Amino acid sequence: MNQTSSDLLTAGGGDPSGFRPDAPPLEVKDLHVEFHTRAGVAHAVNGVSFQVNEGETLAILGESGCGKSVTAQAVMGILDIPPARIGGGQVLYRGMDLLKLPEEKRRAVRANQIAMIFQDALSALNPVFTVGFQLGELFRVHQGMSRADAKKKSVEMLDLVRIPAARQRVSDFPHQFSGGMRQRVMIAMALALDPEVLIADEPTTALDVTVQAQIMQLLDDLKTERNMGLILITHDMGVVADVADRISVMYAGRVVESAPVHEIYARPSHPYTKALLESIPRVDLKGQQLSVIQGLPPALTNVPPGCAFHPRCRYARDECRRDPAPPHYTVDATHLSACHFWEEVRERE
Amino acid sequence: MSDVVLETHGLVKHFPLTTGIVFKRQVGAVQAVDGVNITLRRRETLGIVGESGCGKSTLAKLLVGLETPTAGSITVNGTDLSTLTAEQLRRTRRDIQLVMQDPYTSLNPRMTVGDIIGEPYEIHPDVVAKQDRRENVRELIELVGLNPDHINRYPHQFSGGQRQRIGIARALALRPAIIVCDEPVSALDVSVQAQVINLLERLQDELDLSYIFIAHDLSVVRHIADRVAVMYLGKVVEIGDEQQIYEEPTHPYTQALLSAVPVPDPTLRGRRDQIVLQGDLPSPANPPSGCRFRTRCWKAQDICAEQEPALENRSAAAHPSACHFAEVRDVTHAIQ
Amino acid sequence: MTEPAAVTSVEAPPSGGTGGPAGRQGTGKPTSLWGDARHQLVRNPIFLVSCLYILVVTSMAVLPRMWTSQSPRTCDIRLSRNSPELWDHPFGFNLNGCDYYAHAIYGARPSLQIAIVATASVVVLGGLVGLLAGYFGGWVDAIISRITDVFLSLPFLLGALVLLTLLQVRNVWTVSLALIVLGWTVIARIMRGSVIETRNLDFVAAARALGAGHGRIMGKHILPNAIAPVVVYATILLGGFVSAEATLTFLGVGLQPPAASWGVMISTHQQYFDRDPWLLLFPVGLLVGTVLSFIMAGDALRDALDPKLQ
Repeated sequence: MNQTSSDLLTAGGGDPSGFRPDAPPLEVKDLHVEFHTRAGVAHAVNGVSFQVNEGETLAILGESGCGKSVTAQAVMGILDIPPARIGGGQVLYRGMDLLKLPEEKRRAVRANQIAMIFQDALSALNPVFTVGFQLGELFRVHQGMSRADAKKKSVEMLDLVRIPAARQRVSDFPHQFSGGMRQRVMIAMALALDPEVLIADEPTTALDVTVQAQIMQLLDDLKTERNMGLILITHDMGVVADVADRISVMYAGRVVESAPVHEIYARPSHPYTKALLESIPRVDLKGQQLSVIQGLPPALTNVPPGCAFHPRCRYARDECRRDPAPPHYTVDATHLSACHFWEEVRERE
Repeated sequence: MSDVVLETHGLVKHFPLTTGIVFKRQVGAVQAVDGVNITLRRRETLGIVGESGCGKSTLAKLLVGLETPTAGSITVNGTDLSTLTAEQLRRTRRDIQLVMQDPYTSLNPRMTVGDIIGEPYEIHPDVVAKQDRRENVRELIELVGLNPDHINRYPHQFSGGQRQRIGIARALALRPAIIVCDEPVSALDVSVQAQVINLLERLQDELDLSYIFIAHDLSVVRHIADRVAVMYLGKVVEIGDEQQIYEEPTHPYTQALLSAVPVPDPTLRGRRDQIVLQGDLPSPANPPSGCRFRTRCWKAQDICAEQEPALENRSAAAHPSACHFAEVRDVTHAIQ
Repeated sequence: MTEPAAVTSVEAPPSGGTGGPAGRQGTGKPTSLWGDARHQLVRNPIFLVSCLYILVVTSMAVLPRMWTSQSPRTCDIRLSRNSPELWDHPFGFNLNGCDYYAHAIYGARPSLQIAIVATASVVVLGGLVGLLAGYFGGWVDAIISRITDVFLSLPFLLGALVLLTLLQVRNVWTVSLALIVLGWTVIARIMRGSVIETRNLDFVAAARALGAGHGRIMGKHILPNAIAPVVVYATILLGGFVSAEATLTFLGVGLQPPAASWGVMISTHQQYFDRDPWLLLFPVGLLVGTVLSFIMAGDALRDALDPKLQ
């Protein structure tokens, strides 16, 4: 943890309650986020829990509308409130609940300790300022650096993210970079203040596959070098297999399965995970039948009762509809599944 | 009697770059498509893959007539399109239809689904008699797996996957022989992609269709295509059947592309042949001399800058490849 | 180079339901541009009040007898500028001893008539010109845009003054003509911009790929999807033209007495403001109220139709 943040935490006197340096850098417990829309209340995040440790990559996997981006935005504090409303839960940075902190302390933590990068780098960067200026601003504002020092540091950061000819490119504008390069700039900005956790929301979805491979490699290397926690939010099961240590699969605002990466692919224990794996074509196989998940993901204003997946599930029984939403059954020490019949799902090929 | 339904010869499309507002002067050209030869047979799916700037979208537009070629020809069922009159061209174009990428913008939001699918009949009134049109539209809606009773609904009342099916139904209205699919599943959720891919395959069997399937997702293309062409900066660099391209790629770009595709199998992590390309994509307005890929290729030699390699069979493998140093390399499986 | 914006964001916005279409799930209403707009507008009090006011004024124009039994022409010069008498003559008497309230009611008609005729014509003319310029681009656009520029550079008031002075005849039609000649360019510009945006959408390309001709594409695909900003501006323009007519009349080139319009009323009685202020305040109040209603209704409409504000 960097010097600035420990100062910030103890600034204002008193004990930064709950802060424990040995606690995981980020832990989310039972988070609830709802949106009040014309069409009703959308339960975008419905009791989501996960944690990420130092040097670990957690992938949050799900399709559109599952609530993964909303979760990330809630953690970062960038939700539009209203119409959003955090209905409950905890967002713990090293044991400190960010949702209960006063606003300025919360902002300090979020600026310095938890950073986020997005899918579209072009709209995340200000087009009228050079990249060097935007990077340098972070150092000038948050660390009180001089202009010259900030510029030097900016070049260092661009080097770190492997942008060639960093010293020249630091005076370029965002539109002068290619998409992959812009994404690297965004990573540089996110890492400038040495955060402990980096949240990457679909960072490579809009990029070509060769560029995607480079960016994912970069993220992986940086995570290891800086011993950061990396949260990767994506819908791409291939990317996840390449870089993730643990996976939480989300559906309709809930985590339906969470396990180490090898477990999830080898022995999926939730019908949704299993169905997803069976529905994606693979570049190393030909001729497999693409299994289809019937129906559509539910509108978050009208989530089916009981298990949200039951209308589309081929293992569904009456209990799935009748009983309340399945709890997280323990498949083993590191593997949870929110399915009443997880054993059956796991065994069947 | 060959069953080749579509052929292109030396197809070229250059977009002029001009300066000046009133009196425009051409200062260069974006060479979007620069000499492409492909053939498509009946009931075959030809996949066209490549990354941004390779020209595959422009190729799609050329095939369906949204752009006119700068040079080269397109031959449909043996007839060179450039030899036809405007009216004949119009009729022949019925045989090649387009399915577009974005289901949220490819349907007119102010028209009902029935109107959208039925529009081809109004543009080409001699295909189906007026009194039969509505029935035909209902059949098409059912054919793509939707409820015909929804014929009067508007696009916004459907999900992305369903809208894409509507787009497919529209493309089928004139009973084409060829459908050009331009990234038809890229904008869809993973679980919905499978639905649409399966639909396309079923329709191909039922209706005897040929597909040109353009995509950047190599996994999807492998699944659906019989033959695959790999494009880079306006040219086809390698072409072969699916087995050859994916299991025995010979062109360095194809190899780099395939090695970058993630496989949903964590046991392969770190065990595949990883090729990381250097440098950026050159500008299509100013492509490198000789072989266009040489600026990023680890095999580049002097000859690559001097002589553009032709797309032809090389001793290395049984399918054409445009590389002086073509060599088979397996990049999709673990290195043993 | 990145994959072009073709890969649209897969994460659907949480409002209005995600994933499945809201309509089919039963709870949400199907969301479309006009459907949403209508839903939002009927809940907007400013919009409702504006519409009510416009309705009132329109009924004054169409059915003046509903509002007053007096005739604006029964005048008794001896009653000139008399104060209001409640109920019989709520606005008093004007300079010529006519019932002012009746004048105000009957005055609505020419004002509104000019506004409606001018706006409708401007929308048709400007809209057509803008559609052609935006759709065809190239030299068609170049020529049309230069013509538009020429008209745009004519100063409004001066141009209207000159035109009406030349025409000499001053009635509802000539005043409308002046407004049309000087006002069509703005709609043309708006329509052109909207068309340029619309013509790049995928479904237009899809229609072209099907072999649709220009007429079909312009009429069925481009026009219905490009018209929203024009509708908004036309609503505001109605108010603007009401006000413009009053201005021209005040300057002496608009309608003349014995024609009864609010502009005439204002222009005739402005000199008596210090002695009998209500002679000026009543028509001004009606005028301002009407213009304001149109502007606010147009504003509300624009906000309702703006997809980014949802």
